[in-house]
Amino acid sequence: MTQSFPEEVLEHVFSFLTSHTDRNAVSLVSKSWYDTERWCRDHVFIGNCYAVNPRVLTRRFKEVKAVELKGKPHFADFNLVPEGWGGCVDPWIVEMGRVYSGLEEIRLKRMEVTDEGLEMVAKGFGKLKVLVLASCDGFSTDGLAAVAANCRNLRVLDLRECEVEELSCHWLSHFPDSFTLLESLNIACLSSEVSFSALERLVSRSPNLKTLKLNRTVPLEKLSTLLQRAPQLVEFGTGAYSAEGLDAYSSLAEAFSGCKKLKSLSGFWDVIPAYLPAVYSVCSQLTSLNLSYATTQSPDLSKIISHCHNLQRLVVLDYIEDTGLETVATSCKDLKELVVFPSDPYVADANVPLTEQGLVSVSQGCTKLHSVLYFCRQMSNSALVSISKNRPNITCFRLCILEPRSPDYLTLEPLDTGFGSIVENCKQLTRLSMSGLLTDRVFEYIGKHAKKLDMLSIAFAGDTDLGLHYILSGCDSLRKLEIRDCPFGDKALLANASKLETMRSLWMSSCFVSFGACKLLGQKMPRLNVEVIDERENLNSIPENVPVEKVYIYRTVCGQRFDMPDFVRIMGKDKADVYNLS
Amino acid sequence: MMHLKETELCLGLGLPGSCEQTDTALKATGKRGFSETVDLMLNLQTKDQSSSVDMNDKKLQSSTKNNKDLTKPPAKAQVVGWPPVRNYRKNVMAQKSNTEETEKAVAGGGSAASFVKVSMDGAPYLRKVDLKLYESYQQLSDALAKMFSSFTMGNYGSQGMIDFMNESKLMDLLNSSEYVPSYEDKDGDWMLVGDVPWQMFVDSCKRLRIMKGSDAIGLAPRAMEKCKNRS
Repeated sequence: MTQSFPEEVLEHVFSFLTSHTDRNAVSLVSKSWYDTERWCRDHVFIGNCYAVNPRVLTRRFKEVKAVELKGKPHFADFNLVPEGWGGCVDPWIVEMGRVYSGLEEIRLKRMEVTDEGLEMVAKGFGKLKVLVLASCDGFSTDGLAAVAANCRNLRVLDLRECEVEELSCHWLSHFPDSFTLLESLNIACLSSEVSFSALERLVSRSPNLKTLKLNRTVPLEKLSTLLQRAPQLVEFGTGAYSAEGLDAYSSLAEAFSGCKKLKSLSGFWDVIPAYLPAVYSVCSQLTSLNLSYATTQSPDLSKIISHCHNLQRLVVLDYIEDTGLETVATSCKDLKELVVFPSDPYVADANVPLTEQGLVSVSQGCTKLHSVLYFCRQMSNSALVSISKNRPNITCFRLCILEPRSPDYLTLEPLDTGFGSIVENCKQLTRLSMSGLLTDRVFEYIGKHAKKLDMLSIAFAGDTDLGLHYILSGCDSLRKLEIRDCPFGDKALLANASKLETMRSLWMSSCFVSFGACKLLGQKMPRLNVEVIDERENLNSIPENVPVEKVYIYRTVCGQRFDMPDFVRIMGKDKADVYNLS
Repeated sequence: MMHLKETELCLGLGLPGSCEQTDTALKATGKRGFSETVDLMLNLQTKDQSSSVDMNDKKLQSSTKNNKDLTKPPAKAQVVGWPPVRNYRKNVMAQKSNTEETEKAVAGGGSAASFVKVSMDGAPYLRKVDLKLYESYQQLSDALAKMFSSFTMGNYGSQGMIDFMNESKLMDLLNSSEYVPSYEDKDGDWMLVGDVPWQMFVDSCKRLRIMKGSDAIGLAPRAMEKCKNRS
């Protein structure tokens, strides 16, 4: 196709494309579109840091303002990826520091971040405005102090669910007194005290502060001071929500009532119910409420929720009980997302009356519900069928029945028909996590119906390789598949080898995939890294037909990675081979 | 099973009331209360040998409060990474009770002193020691020896910690009629003194109990387990 538009026109058209999938699609049209696009893409998203490498990034894109990188596979969240596996961001920071002096935004997820890395960020990117670290670890408050001291343009510092080594409470004081640009601060994941006076001074001199998420150690008595200094807050996370006596109540209630723009509340550790009404004045404004640390009983939870008529997102513990969820169904007609976490995941019997009925009620009453994460102890096919018929608009359905392989508690049958109904009726389903007793049948349904499914998580399910085969051969849009403790082996994997190149990654642990099959797959598919993660000793002397502990398969343009610990092997690639794009 | 309910109360929640009960039992009948506690721990540990059940989890212990068969493990054996709940969220309940206790402790003495009760099997009274006055297990041992005259701490390894790598040495100690110190830590568990660095011990010790080596047998397996994991 001959170039009929001048480059400037094409660039202008491309500037309206903000999603990276659109940008990727556009860059495949022709070589000239590829070239034009790469010169003007300034937001880059890398879903698997090992699919490319830092040099590939900087060679292709020249003027990047925002980068988003993801490291470890999702199951790392549940301790299935051993410590030291990889995903360190430092090499990326070094290379980006060399080329992208104008970098403004860094977003990392499940990456290992070191203090040295943070120091490089702090000193190398003078224009940095946004630093979001989600589920990252490896750094300490020293690294944060470096960021605070040096990032003069910082607007957003978001430590989302990170594990931080907390060496000092004074890192916040490293923000200079002249620094007034802060818009968002999330330190909820820190378990030690931060210096309150430094925090108060920082809040006082940040007129643009919209998001403030405190950690548990900030006492309730101090909240009203902070809220009075920042009545413009849109998102607020409290600390421990309890105090001796009720003296702090009226000033707290007054402070909340001054927050006319508040839309999101979270925190609420150690809740004393008597203090909950302090937030009633803002409830009707709230679109997001996270009570997942509030270990109070259903009546108190229901009361506060019943005031939240505009709620779109609710995260709560199973203390809410079925009755509380009925309140949700009647009071929160705009609800789009529901998350119910278990208060006591390791106790065998139900400690609270939360059953499948709660979810059914919400699916009936909340017509906009499209995203569900629900932990419970019993489920039935009939409930799942009802849910799917009530809410065909569901796009994300994650159900965790706590006891593995639990059957339909009414009929004792597998839950195949129930989940089958979900994939058949919810035609826009993009994410599914299943649990309970499931045979190969459910995978047949999924392969047949779940054509928009992007991410699938399976545990303790299936009977034979056929199950895996149905998924890999049927799910056209599948990009991320994670499987644990299922009887899937070599056959389905090898038969669908080419499918794996169309996906971001496949994780299989405690299944029946053998060393030999991994080696063969790695040999046949040069554009896949077949990583065997196995902590047994003497790996080299284990026979080829023995199953591996874990295998992580992902497409890559870079071949081998060179930062592997000794329990990770990339199979089927000669050590001397290095797939270099030059 | 002898008096398992009582011991379970004492073991389970570290409630001030129940521990005093056991003290009375000690005074009246010698070592019965505590040996039963040790028996209970031994039972639970052998049944859960293949699981990663966290014995420190208070919720685990409180779940046996109904009249089930007490020889069964209080919770299902945990499979790694199941249910898929993240670490920080798993600890919500445990942290809740820990925070309350820490607050009480902080309210009590600040960081200036760290007084803990010390009891000894067969002794008619308890004493209190300030752990912050000492810098090593040996110093503590000397101080306790002065307090309870017929008391010995046994042999310590070169680092001031009991040489757990030497299984036979440990077993000798525990099989003797020598006294062995144990302590209750922040999570309400009874541990053998000497298996963690001194400062860590001071930070987590809530009370001390000096008992006959033979009674401390039930505490040893965990310490050995920890050691094996570390090596």
